[in-house]
Order: sequence, then C-alpha cells, then structure tokens
Amino acid sequence: MSHPSHQPHSGDHPKAASAFIADQERAQWHDKALWFIREKRDRAAASLPEWETLREHAAAIKAHTIANLPQYLEQFEANAQRMGVKVHWASNAVEHNKIVLGILQQHNVKKVVKSKSMLTEECHLNPYLEQNGIEVIDTDLGERIVQMREEPPSHIVLPAIHLKKQDVGDTFHKHLGTNAGADDPQYLTEAARGHLREKFMAGHAGITGVNFAVAESGGIVVCTNEGNADLGVALPPVHIACMGIEKLIPRAADLGVFVRLLARSATGQPITTYTSHFHGPRPGCELHIVLVDNGRSEVRESDDFRLSLNCIRCGACMNTCPVYRRSGGHSYGSTVPGPIGSILAPALDPEKHKSLPFACSLCGSCTDVCPVKIDLHHQLLTFRRELALKNLIPLTKRISMKLLSFVLMRPWMFSLGGKLMRMIVPKLPRMFIYNGMNAWGKQRELPPMPPQSFRELYSIRKHVAAHNRPNTLKGNTQ
Amino acid sequence: MKVGLFIPCYVDQLYPDVAMATVEVLERFGIEVEFPTAQTCCGQPMANSGCTGDTRPLAEAFLRIFGAYDYVVCPSGSCVSMVRNHYEEYFHENPAFETLKKRTFELCEFLVDVLQVKNIAGSFPHNVGLHQSCHGLRELHLGPPTELMNRGTPNKVKQLLEGLDGIKFMPLTRPDECCGFGGTFAVAEEAVSCMMGQDRLDDHEKAGTQVLTAADMSCLMHLEGLLRRRGKKVAVMHVAQILAGRAPDFGVPATGGAR
Amino acid sequence: MNARDQILAKLRKRTLPIPALPSHDGPWITYADKVTQFSTVLSTVGGHAVRVDSQSEALSHLAQLPVMSKARRVVSLLSGVDQANVDLKTVSDPHTLEDVDVTIVKGQFGVAENGAVWITDDTSAHRASLFICQHLVILLPIADLIDNMHQAYERIGAFGPGFGVFVSGPSKTADIEQSLVIGAHGARSATLYLLQNDR
Repeated sequence: MSHPSHQPHSGDHPKAASAFIADQERAQWHDKALWFIREKRDRAAASLPEWETLREHAAAIKAHTIANLPQYLEQFEANAQRMGVKVHWASNAVEHNKIVLGILQQHNVKKVVKSKSMLTEECHLNPYLEQNGIEVIDTDLGERIVQMREEPPSHIVLPAIHLKKQDVGDTFHKHLGTNAGADDPQYLTEAARGHLREKFMAGHAGITGVNFAVAESGGIVVCTNEGNADLGVALPPVHIACMGIEKLIPRAADLGVFVRLLARSATGQPITTYTSHFHGPRPGCELHIVLVDNGRSEVRESDDFRLSLNCIRCGACMNTCPVYRRSGGHSYGSTVPGPIGSILAPALDPEKHKSLPFACSLCGSCTDVCPVKIDLHHQLLTFRRELALKNLIPLTKRISMKLLSFVLMRPWMFSLGGKLMRMIVPKLPRMFIYNGMNAWGKQRELPPMPPQSFRELYSIRKHVAAHNRPNTLKGNTQ
Repeated sequence: MKVGLFIPCYVDQLYPDVAMATVEVLERFGIEVEFPTAQTCCGQPMANSGCTGDTRPLAEAFLRIFGAYDYVVCPSGSCVSMVRNHYEEYFHENPAFETLKKRTFELCEFLVDVLQVKNIAGSFPHNVGLHQSCHGLRELHLGPPTELMNRGTPNKVKQLLEGLDGIKFMPLTRPDECCGFGGTFAVAEEAVSCMMGQDRLDDHEKAGTQVLTAADMSCLMHLEGLLRRRGKKVAVMHVAQILAGRAPDFGVPATGGAR
Repeated sequence: MNARDQILAKLRKRTLPIPALPSHDGPWITYADKVTQFSTVLSTVGGHAVRVDSQSEALSHLAQLPVMSKARRVVSLLSGVDQANVDLKTVSDPHTLEDVDVTIVKGQFGVAENGAVWITDDTSAHRASLFICQHLVILLPIADLIDNMHQAYERIGAFGPGFGVFVSGPSKTADIEQSLVIGAHGARSATLYLLQNDR
C-alpha cells in the first residue's frame, strides 16, 4: 500500500509539503538523495571548461528554434515523411490520446510497452489506453515501480526517487513474487529484468518519448540508461514517438551541444548509456511521430514565459531546488514538478496550480543549473503577478498587501506602527504571541523588539553631532 | 560624494544597530552619509506576492527620494536586487531611473567595487559561519555560486571579512544553500522554510560556527529565530556590524546578538 | 481546419524576432591522450576497455572470457568471427534473438569525452541484437577515437534513413534508492577492444 504522502496533492503545495516533512527522517533522506545528484552534476559540469559556453549555445539554439517554430516543424515533417515516417499533429492531450489509440487499433494492438515520456504523462495516455482495453507497461524501471504502486512518478528523470528499497521490495514481492523482505537492489533489478523481458517479447507496439527532434534530417533522438526504449521498439513492428512541438532543434550538429548537456545536467553522467537516432522506420515496419501542442503555442505567445519552452526535461532544477528536495514531487500535484513544473502547470491551469509559483524561496539556484538558461526564478516571480491579475491570490493576502502598501507610503504611519509594535509586543504574555495564528512563531522566536528604531537613533545622533560641532552660526551671533 | 543611505524597513524597526553599523563603516571611509527620512520600504513584500500594483507607488517614491544622490547604499542584497532587477516594469526606460539603478549598491559591493576597499582592518578572533544570502550571491554577483562554473570570481563579502585579525571561516557542507526565509514564503510555506533553516543551522553547528553572519538581515532574522527557539547561544551579526568593530554577544538572546 | 493547420496558424499569428543561431565553433575540449581518457570514462560507467593489436588478438582474448565460454548463441555483426553461430541473414523475426548471449559489433568511431561508440545498423536490420543480448562486445580501431561530440556529429555528417546509436558502457539503472545496478534491460556487460591496427 503506498504511503499517503506518495499520493499526488493538487492545489495546495504547503499542505502537501507539511505532510511530507512530518516524516522528518524520510524528508531528510529524500533531501540528501537529491542533493547527492546535484553534486554529481556539479562535478560533471566542472570537468568541462566550456560548460557555461555550452549553456549559452543551447539557450541560443532553443530561443532561435522556438521563435522560428512553424518553419522548423514543417521542415521536420517533410524530412520525416520523405523517409516513410507517418507524422501526426495533435492540438491537445485529448487529440493526442485519440491519435495514439487510432494507430494501435489499426494494428490490433492489445499490449504496448512504453519508455519514459513526460509528454504521455501530461496527456494521461495510460489510463485512456487501459480504458480502451489496451495493456500499457511502462518499461523504465522507476516508472514500472510507480506503475505497480499506482502512483505517478515524483521526478521526471528519477521517477521512484521518493521510494526506499524496502518500498520497492514490498511492491515487487506483491507483484512479482520476489522474496518477502528482500530489498537488495541487484536482486530486485534482476527480477524486474526478467519480468520486463517478457513484456518486451509480448509487446505488439512500442511507444517512446522524444528527447530531440532534428528538423534538418527528420530524425528523432531518444536517450536512456536502461536500453528499455530501444528494446521496446526493436521488436514489435510499430513505433509511436510522442513529442511536444518544442522538442525540435534545427540541425543535426546541434545535437553535439544538447547531448553533452543533457545527462551531465540530469544525473552527472557524461552521456546516457544509449543515445539512439531514429531516421525512418525499420524495414517493413512503421514509425509514427505525434507532434503535440497542448498549450505550448500559447506559452510561446508570452514574452515573459516563452523561454520556459527551452526546457529539455533534464530535472536539474528539481535536484537543486531546496523546496523540491524537502517536499517531494507529489506535493506539486502536477505532471512535471519542481521549478519548471511550477511554471508549466499553472500556465496550463492557473486555478488548479496557483500555489506552485509560491512554493519557491526565489533562491535562483534553478536558473543557474538550467542547461538551456531558462530564467526560472524570475518567471516564478512574474507568474505570481499573473495570478494576482487573475484574482487567484487569496483575498486575505491581497487585502494585507494593500494595507501594507498604504502604511508604507506614509512614513509617519510606518514609524508609528513600528513604535507601537516595539512597545507592545515585549509586554504581551507568550501565549498571546505564540499561538496557532502565528505561523512565524511555530518554530521560531520573533525578532527582538528594540526600544528605538534606526531613524529615531539616527535623528538623535544627528542632533548630538550638530550640538557638538563648532559651527559658524554660533560664531556669527557674536 | 554624497551617499543616500537606504535601510530595509524591518532593519529600521527591528535591527537598528545594523543600520548604525553601516553608517559607521561608510563614515570610516570618509563618506558623507545621509538618511532621507521619507523612505520606508523597497516594496519587495508586495512584489513577491504578485501585487505589483501595490508596489508601484513605493518604486516611484524610491526614485523621488533617492534620485539626487551620487550613490545609494543599502546593507541588503535583496532590497538592492529589487531596485536593480525588478523595478524595470514601473519605469520603462525612464532615464532618471536608469541613472539611479547604476548608482544603487549593496554595502559590500559598494566598498569593494566603488571604494576599492581590499580589506578592512580590525580584529575578530572568532569562528565565523558565513551564510551566502541568495539575492546578493546570485542576483548581485557578490560571489561565485557553487553551481555556476565561472571560476575565479571573487567573493566580495568574504574578502572584506578576511582582513580581520584572527577570523576563521568554518567550512560548510553546503556553502550556498538557501536559508528558507524567502519573504512571505517563510510563513506561507512554514514547514519547508523552517526545515531549510534548521538544515543550515545543523551544517553550521557541525562546522563549529560561533558567530553566524550574512549580508542580508532577513536571512539572519529567520535563522536567529530558529536558534533562539532552541536556546542556542550562537551569536548572530550582520556583516556591517562585524566590519564596524562590534564584538559578538554570546548567549544574550534579547539584544539580537551584538553589543 | 485540421490540427496541423490550426497549430501552424497559431504559431504564425505573431511574427517573433528570431535570434541568431550560433555556429558550432568551440573551443571544445580535446584530450592529449584519447585512449586513456576513453578507457577511464568507460570504466567509470561500468564498461571494460582492452587494448589489443588486431582484430584476431581481440577475438582470441574474447574466446577466453567467461561470458564467451558460457555463451550458447553468439551474434556477430562483423565478418570473420568464428564464435558466431547465429546467421542474421536467416533471421526474419527479431524476437528469435531473445536468447542471444553475446553480440559482437564493430564501432564506427569512439568519443573520448564520454566513452561512447557510434554504431549504426547498416550492416543489419536486426538492431535488436544490440539491446537484447546479455553481453555486448565492441571492436574499435584506436585511430577512430575522437575527442568530443561536436567532432562526432561532424563525422557522421548528413543523416540518411536508418538507425544509429551511441553506446557508452553496459545498460544500467539507479532507480532503486540510487544504488547503481549494472545490467538493467540491455546488455549486462560491455567489453570494448581497442585495436592498435585497423583489422
């Protein structure tokens, strides 16, 4: 049975984060596990003197591509089709799911093997196919584990990062018949290997995501460490590759930049074990590529948020985010969690995800690790303004900000208010100050209340100095 | 050169000695400092809540109050970052603002970059834990963040402290992780905020920090709140107070850590 | 309007300024000793590099390895390999390769920065053999080692129809509490023979 804090929460990050942190030991463990990956990323980045140059190149290539997207999409489609690829277009998640189902039904597919694709997660493809009588097996080990547990992934690259090996052991004992209590990763992985081999062998079609799509060649690139994407599409006759329209890059040579950045940013490896380039279908087989918009064209319209389309889904922002590490991916209630998810999710559904841009201390570390230089923490701040303009900030907050602004525009009122606070608070009994209404005071003492403010002290100092200074005015009265 | 002193609202009301120390440090270098009393706040609390409409009047007031000074100096990275990086939307290429932007500095960068101060003379024989406040570090480039691969850029805050006799910097396992204050975040995401702060403090405790310092009092306010709740006797001082020659006050919570 | 036209119309509604595309010029890292760099990185990712003089030396060395002596079915994507006992020309269904123990292949070139070898399937439509085998063996002339991925794509040039993959070490996963396990779904081991001579 999955832990309650492993279920997704929507709409209230603070509450979900609080529940996550309540299990202190687990929260510390989760934080350290992800920090360790951030450190691996740092070492990998430091090993290349050209790291920051690579980031600049990647950001420039993406910005150029997104600006010129319609041309590149058409170029990609033409080049792919020339090699016999069938290219489909979907405006939204519903259309995407229908297209994929259509292809599968055309081929009488009952069993699908799927490698990691955040796009298919975003579209909720699995439940849709299952409702239509098709078995979908997620073949990435982390994804297979959460699939068995009926949970969503909690990280876009490390889907089961929130689980301890005992949790996996329990799940495999239940679903695969591994020994009760056995939690050795080697043993468990071997069991999964055997189980998934059966699934690979029995699959009628393979679905993958797309890490990069090359406009110039009409090819797609898929990166994995496990080899599950490749095995999944090397056996059955049908390969369906699902991608967001922003995954394009113009030239094959651009892959040099992105392939060097992706794995180092994601896990600190120099490259994934397999970086597969598909140009056209296997002889006698079919390759379908589904191009999906699902809100991306809207985001592209916005000068403030267009850069978020640079994202190559590496997860580096999550690994460095002090909030993500201490609240877990499920607390975001979105397909993509963490800093980038806190922009992408509210862009699609501001009402549902209004707490996400505030699940951020604005530290800026995410922006520094992003391989494609998305100004994540600035966009998170800007998004708060969007929410305020849409009236999605709580009324109490809006009122208190108006009140605060009113007071701050009147120095005399500010001074008076400060003075009263400094006079009264030290006289109040503790229970008046530290109670359920004072969120600051739950785990912290209030700042000490000095008898005088700086402006009062400064004014005194000025008068004392003026009094002590030999001045010409005094002299002139003689 | 006439310097307008810009003091964060909560420092004015709750940590007056930090502001006084700032005045003393600047005067030590012969700077004529003036504190325009019309000031109150840079507007960050409102802007960080998305209420930019409520921030606008404060931004416009800031330009009116500080526009005439040669330099504006503030002992806070986040307030200066607000002015330099986040006031744009209220001014749209207003030439007076463009000028003011270039003249507004956080204290440490003003000392190092404008006054060309290398070190500051004095004595501070204590184990110091330097907390790298995020806005100063990443927005104002007061130092090289560990995740950025730009080798060799100096840490201006550390540079100023290094010259003090006897000072020892305690090695942290995470030298620049955020303390968790984050403005209204400290209250809205209280659980995460306090876990982040406590993790910083555990790092400092293991490292042997006796005096916790930073260039932003907001971080220290949050960290000190956690320390005092647990009865810890670590002294908490703003960098300005150390540079002004204050001695640390160990174990007397009510004064906020400095004599 | 179909989805294609809808999407393109949306994207063309506003003309955005198009920032310049950067060139592919570096400076990008190069290595004084590509062999050592390549071998070192390969071993950190769980692979194993062996320096030999020639293909025949590689194959004799290979014959001694436990994986070979235990292997019942061996695929070779290069000719002249005695140990190979699966004739891919007679294989019409890649599923029948399920029990392949070892696949031997020649790499087109190797990349020092990341221990990866570029392998294409122009020798065989059965790319499955690269992923379905239990153990992967790659032969690569040292002269075909290059420094970095930019040189790699320069060398590949224009892509035509077909499949190509950079393989760096054996398959692996760290999905179970971040413990690295070598041998996830693909090959459990990757042995790389670096040939002093081309053949």
